[in-house]
Amino acid sequence: MQTASSDTVRKSATAEDGKPDNGEPAIDIQNVTKSFGPQKVLDGITFQVRRGETLAFLGRSGTGKSVLLRIIVGLQTPDTGAAIILGKNMAEASADEISAVRKQMGFLFQHAALYDSLTVVENVAFPLAHHRPDMSDAEKKELVEGLMEEVGLENYLNKMPSDISGGMQKRVGLARALALDPVILLLDEPTAGLDPISSGEIDELILKLQDQHKLASIVVTHDMISAKTIATRIAIMNQGKVLIEGSYDDLQHSDEKFVSQFLHRDL
Amino acid sequence: MAGTPEYPVRPSVFTGMLEWFGEFGSFLWGVFRAALHPPFEGREFIRQLDEIGARSLPLVALAGSAIGVVLSLEARQSLVRFGAKALLPSAIVFAVVTEMSPIITGLVVSGRVGAGIGAELAAMKVTEQIDAIEVSAVDPYKLLAVTRIAACIVCLPLLTVAASFCGVIMGWVATTLVEPVSLTHFIDAGFKGARFQDILPPTFKTSVYGLIIGSVASFQGMRAKGGAAGVGGSATTSVVLSSLFVILADVILVKLIILLFP
Ligand SMILES: Nc1ncnc2c1ncn2[C@@H]1O[C@H](COP(=O)(O)OP(=O)(O)O)[C@@H](O)[C@H]1O
Ligand SMILES: [Mg+2]
Repeated sequence: MQTASSDTVRKSATAEDGKPDNGEPAIDIQNVTKSFGPQKVLDGITFQVRRGETLAFLGRSGTGKSVLLRIIVGLQTPDTGAAIILGKNMAEASADEISAVRKQMGFLFQHAALYDSLTVVENVAFPLAHHRPDMSDAEKKELVEGLMEEVGLENYLNKMPSDISGGMQKRVGLARALALDPVILLLDEPTAGLDPISSGEIDELILKLQDQHKLASIVVTHDMISAKTIATRIAIMNQGKVLIEGSYDDLQHSDEKFVSQFLHRDL
Repeated sequence: MAGTPEYPVRPSVFTGMLEWFGEFGSFLWGVFRAALHPPFEGREFIRQLDEIGARSLPLVALAGSAIGVVLSLEARQSLVRFGAKALLPSAIVFAVVTEMSPIITGLVVSGRVGAGIGAELAAMKVTEQIDAIEVSAVDPYKLLAVTRIAACIVCLPLLTVAASFCGVIMGWVATTLVEPVSLTHFIDAGFKGARFQDILPPTFKTSVYGLIIGSVASFQGMRAKGGAAGVGGSATTSVVLSSLFVILADVILVKLIILLFP
């Protein structure tokens, strides 16, 4: 895997890929609440992510981080409040508008959610097969193999998902999320289940992508080192609320006991 | 997916049934709308034709053959008793073609394909693969349900023809082993007096069975929840409900065909 070279940095300075960037936040979450029966999972969440920013979400298991991401992609609807993505309210937009937004989003599921009837390389090609009739098969093949190389799996192209490890599945899921060259990238625990070296490589890949494509990304993680590396801001969630949001330095100066517990567990 | 409750509720049996039919109705409506809007998932449809049609063929052929043999043995007994042995070929052909092979094909496919679709889609649902399809801006109804239902609708009549063919041939074999008769004579005698309504409507009514099997199994699969147990439950209910509805539909369709083609 290569690191961000000066070449890619130069590219980002001129990176006007024709995709919407009018300074509005790409992801605008306004006071979102969500309950399942009597259980209140999200309790008034508000934040914004602009292009070029990465927000890392930390929090204990079961605090609703995955539910929050599912609300952002419109798989679930908030009880109150709104998730406004690229200017569209995901709960109210028409099916065509939601499709248009989703084509600009890459989503890595917590358990990868690879299609188990397709090979690894077919999984990555799936979004292209459905949304890029303009590309020739050769172009698609080149793109997909390039993505597989970026996630370090160029030797596993024709394996079935059940034949590779969980960490590899996550990397395939990441490659699939990147296939349509998204504006928004949502990663649910991208480095969980990976060894420290692979985690580092994934972090570098995410950094490089941000640099090249001016992504608006949200990364859910338990890995403070990773959060510190890739995130422009870190949010810590507890009991359905965002406890604190800010840079790593801001967090270090917080008096909140829960926050310091979080920061010092991993360091 | 939208519309289904996201936490467990404990309805009474009756409201549970009403709710099931309500949700099934809106599922069918969603599938119907998805089916009308291009682009169509041609490749997946072909894959399903193979999975549902070609791979059911051996089982269906075997079931059809068995019916032919059994009918030949049973019918001989009673027809000889009534001195109507000459009717044996038509008794076998009529029984096979008009009723036995359509319903047996329907039930065999309910078992094989109902369980297959129910389990496959349920596994995809509980591992978030269906969510992943939706997030990729691809309509899971169109990709998964429409293709499977359409393949069932197309395959069932073809499988029924195969079952009928095997049934008639094996009926002849069983007959001729007891008392030699030429195939030509058997077929001539068997189809003598057969009319359009004795052959085509009973064969094509199985498209309705295909609609039932495909849609019930897809619905049960796509609403599954709760890990491996959910997948097993979904496969079981797919088979039970689709077999049940196939038998009920048979009663209605037989009556309807008699009314329409007196
Ligand atoms: N579809 C659902 N139905 C009922 N409860 C759910 C559903 N999805 C999530 N939950 C509950 O919401 C809570 C938060 O889940 P999740 O977002 O997966 O947590 P995490 O922060 O670990 O990703 C959990 O207690 C979970 O049981
Ligand atoms: Mg989670």
